[in-house]
Amino acid sequence: MNNDPTLYSRPLNLSWLFKMAWRDSRRNRSRLFLFISSIILGIAALVAIYSFGYNLRQDIDNQAKSLLGADLAIYSNQAIKPEAKPLLDSIGPTKSEERSFASMVYFIKNQGTRLVQIRALSGAYPYYGGIETTPVQAAQNFRRHQNALVDKTLMLQYNAQIGDSIKVGELTFKIAGILNKAPDQSGLSATVAPAVYIPLQYLDQTGLTKKGSRINYKFYYQLDAGTNIKKLVKQLDARLEREGFSYETIESKKENTGKSFEDLTRFLTLVGFIALLLGCIGVASAIHIYVREKLPSIAVLRCLGVKASQTFLIYLIQILGIGLIGSIIGAALGTVVQRVLPIVLQDFLPIQITMATSWYAIMQGIALGVLISLLFALLPLVSVRNISPLNTLRISYEETSSRQDPLKWAIFVLIFLFILGFSWIQMETWLQAVWFTGGVVLAFLFLAGVAYALMWAVKKFFPSSWSYLWRQGIANLHRPNNQTLILIVAIGLGTAFICTLYSIQNILVNQVSLSAGKNQPNMVLFDIQSTQKEQIVALTRKNQLPILQQVPVVTMRLEEINGRNGTQILQDTASEISKRAFTREYRVTYRDTLTDSEKITAGKWRGTVTTSSDTVYISLDEGFAHRIHVKVGDQLLFNVQGALIKTVVGSFRKIEWRRVQTNFLVIFPAGVLEEAPQFHVLMTRVPTNQASARFQQALVQGFPNISVIDLGLILSTLDEILKKIAFIIRFMAGFSISTGLVVLIASVLISKYQRIQESVLLRTLGANRRQIFAITTLEYFFLGALAAGTGILIAVAASWALAKYIFEAPFTPSWVPTFVLFGVVTSLTIIIGLINSRGILNRPPLEILRSEV
Amino acid sequence: MDNTIILDIQNLTKTYQSSGRTLTVLDNVSFSVPAGATISIVGPSGSGKTTLLGLCAGLDRASAGSVALNNIKLENLNEDQRAQVRNRNVGFIFQNFQLLPTLTALENVMVPLELRGEKNIKDQALDLLEKVGLANRHHHYPAQLSGGEQQRVSLARAFSNKPKILFADEPTGNLDAETSEKVEKLIFDLNKETGTTLVLVTHDLELASKTKRIIRVKGGKLVSDETT
Repeated sequence: MNNDPTLYSRPLNLSWLFKMAWRDSRRNRSRLFLFISSIILGIAALVAIYSFGYNLRQDIDNQAKSLLGADLAIYSNQAIKPEAKPLLDSIGPTKSEERSFASMVYFIKNQGTRLVQIRALSGAYPYYGGIETTPVQAAQNFRRHQNALVDKTLMLQYNAQIGDSIKVGELTFKIAGILNKAPDQSGLSATVAPAVYIPLQYLDQTGLTKKGSRINYKFYYQLDAGTNIKKLVKQLDARLEREGFSYETIESKKENTGKSFEDLTRFLTLVGFIALLLGCIGVASAIHIYVREKLPSIAVLRCLGVKASQTFLIYLIQILGIGLIGSIIGAALGTVVQRVLPIVLQDFLPIQITMATSWYAIMQGIALGVLISLLFALLPLVSVRNISPLNTLRISYEETSSRQDPLKWAIFVLIFLFILGFSWIQMETWLQAVWFTGGVVLAFLFLAGVAYALMWAVKKFFPSSWSYLWRQGIANLHRPNNQTLILIVAIGLGTAFICTLYSIQNILVNQVSLSAGKNQPNMVLFDIQSTQKEQIVALTRKNQLPILQQVPVVTMRLEEINGRNGTQILQDTASEISKRAFTREYRVTYRDTLTDSEKITAGKWRGTVTTSSDTVYISLDEGFAHRIHVKVGDQLLFNVQGALIKTVVGSFRKIEWRRVQTNFLVIFPAGVLEEAPQFHVLMTRVPTNQASARFQQALVQGFPNISVIDLGLILSTLDEILKKIAFIIRFMAGFSISTGLVVLIASVLISKYQRIQESVLLRTLGANRRQIFAITTLEYFFLGALAAGTGILIAVAASWALAKYIFEAPFTPSWVPTFVLFGVVTSLTIIIGLINSRGILNRPPLEILRSEV
Repeated sequence: MDNTIILDIQNLTKTYQSSGRTLTVLDNVSFSVPAGATISIVGPSGSGKTTLLGLCAGLDRASAGSVALNNIKLENLNEDQRAQVRNRNVGFIFQNFQLLPTLTALENVMVPLELRGEKNIKDQALDLLEKVGLANRHHHYPAQLSGGEQQRVSLARAFSNKPKILFADEPTGNLDAETSEKVEKLIFDLNKETGTTLVLVTHDLELASKTKRIIRVKGGKLVSDETT
């Protein structure tokens, strides 16, 4: 016989490995499932978001036509010059015209007033989709007479009925129908400035189109079928540009809408991914303990001649199998959850979202689930290769050998690259991906560091003089088979995440409420004509309201920068100045002093011009100056409604935009624009809703052209929007929280298997229920409290960084909810720990030994 | 009994590092075992006898010296190659039975044969279970069997791959006297029937006396090598 052992080598018998994997899992399947349950919710969250994203994209594609309502839309924010008419007429015969602007509307029946978006429409627009109204025919009928369509939120707010009258400017309209949905308008924009449609032919009679009113002009075209729209707009591009028009096609609308929602789905995907990562810690820890429990079996198999690689494969097959099952369950759950997302997000979406099952999203979720459970299970699983057959004679699990295992480090690198890669796919910039991955890794390391420090400290400063129960409870934190590391990381990360989300929400809400501070204005009156200025001031004072700020506003356009006009600059391919710098309308003020929300950052502030030969030194917002690439000393030529004014950039200002007051990109010195056509803005503070209503009524009746922004109303609307956003964030964070709970339950359950022998032994030795209860409570109290505390610390640091660098807002931690969170997490840990130990407490020791071991 | 040497141990030494100190648990041990022999390794607790068994069976690596099992020098092999050698040549019986808890009695017996890639092994395994008197319990899991029954399954498994050498570590250490007697009888009967070499590690001198040769180990050294 040939005794060369290498001749025994034979290829891996895969079917036997599968058979062994199946046999070996027999008595552990429920436990294996428990391990994998941690990833189910993460996968569910991701599949839900992926499906939502795919459906959204599909729906945008399908509904793009009705999003725009036409084949081509042309916009301008200046009155159409007669010479531009032939251009507009040449595009196509089927066109509609809309003029929209902000104005006050007055509900005659209950005397309510409110700033709305007036949309004066002529023609058959929309050509695709439709204006949804109650009754349905109102969408067409309102155009024929002096009728209006009023947004449903307004109807509710002012308790208006169809047939009631509203006053727009100087004209009264009958409400022909309730406006439910219009193209180009999402629920969100409707809450800020609800729309009121009126027929265009009555617009002039309202008296609201006087000079100075900021009207947007829109022309909607339906083109012949088969028209190459792309080609058409390419031909028209230069001419439209020259006339100051911008345009939108179905294609560009589709792209823009898609882009704005990509950010949302990206953010939600990352939130779901964190839930998945959290679950993966659970998987890694569970498999770690599973492998420990399997140590005798693995040693026997090795004794009987199974190769290290074969034992590794047996368990790998089990993990892959259970990972696949977990992922399929997660994907199924995600498909159900996906049906909820459109309901939650509907207010923010301009289109109707379908809830189709996305097989692509499901496959993506399953693949991700299997991959990630494999990656994280591999960490503890590679130790299987190092289990010696000698363990059949003497059980010893040497962790030190596996810690030095280069394969383990390779897996760490793989996990890191996976997280980095995944976040890069979501964020599409390496910098953000590195920040995200770095943040997650840092949080992991910090929590792991705290866990190790706790174990070290408990060992080093063990309170030997304390009572037995305390000593046992504390000793549980560091002795073999402890759960300290995994529980602190899992609970800590979950807490950190929840707490950070809460803080961000608070920062955002605070930012808004800050501007509503006590001494800040809360009502803005604009479009005040120069002739009305004195009367408005008098009316304000008569209503016992303060004049907090009063500024003139002059509209103008930029003609030249350093002697070069827009056309020349646009032809210069090296120039980075945006074309918008020349097409936009600037609203400019003039004064001789700076306000306290402005600070000069470059140049010198010169507030007055005394003679007409003086150089006009203007001051620019530093961000704006940067965007149009000008320096201090550069020359700008402005066209103030026909009159050209030469200016020199005298200074840059840093403006605190968050303050409620009028701020301007461009400020002229006093002595230049006093005689130019202008309107005025006045700010006041109304003490109550009643005072506000009274003042607005008086204004609308006496001065219908003046618009009023009631900041109180806007703030409460914003608050509502923020609440909705917060709900979405909480809804997604709910997955992370639930995953954290599942990981917690799984970890504690696993520790139950570990602790059963010794709890039984303690009971056998005479420990009573109360004593075991106390030991368990103490152990989980320490774990829960430390993990929650560390998590909160991480959250405070993360929120501070986000507040300072991203939101640029003051950071004030909200301590009460933080303490509540601390208490809840700690109590939950203890409760779950105790519920799991219940079995040991209530049954005789022998029975447990027989059934569990 | 032929005169082929099935196990040849030369100058075997095993040391461990413990708290910076070198601990010698086996010190320069040499002996050889002819094929078909029955031999006991006896000694008090901590004498190094289990370490010696582990090294002989290729479960561990020696710090110095050599082990040749069926003329294969184990020190030249890696762990996977030694696993192959065990599967081809070695049977094991352990004090705590070491059955795979998730496999039935029959499957436990079949594993070594499956590993060799043999076909139609169910009947062979059932025959062996029949020989140890457990044919009717073949579908039971280890937890459903008594200690004696578990050790009998372990015996059937040990003989299933027709090993050239059988290593038994305190095979009756966990059993009562009556069961021990039955298991001992089975070991020796099967050993005789198959002509396998038996290496028994025990501190039970009565059991040791049933083998033809007794090697005594104390403090890691071989102190005597007697024929009974």
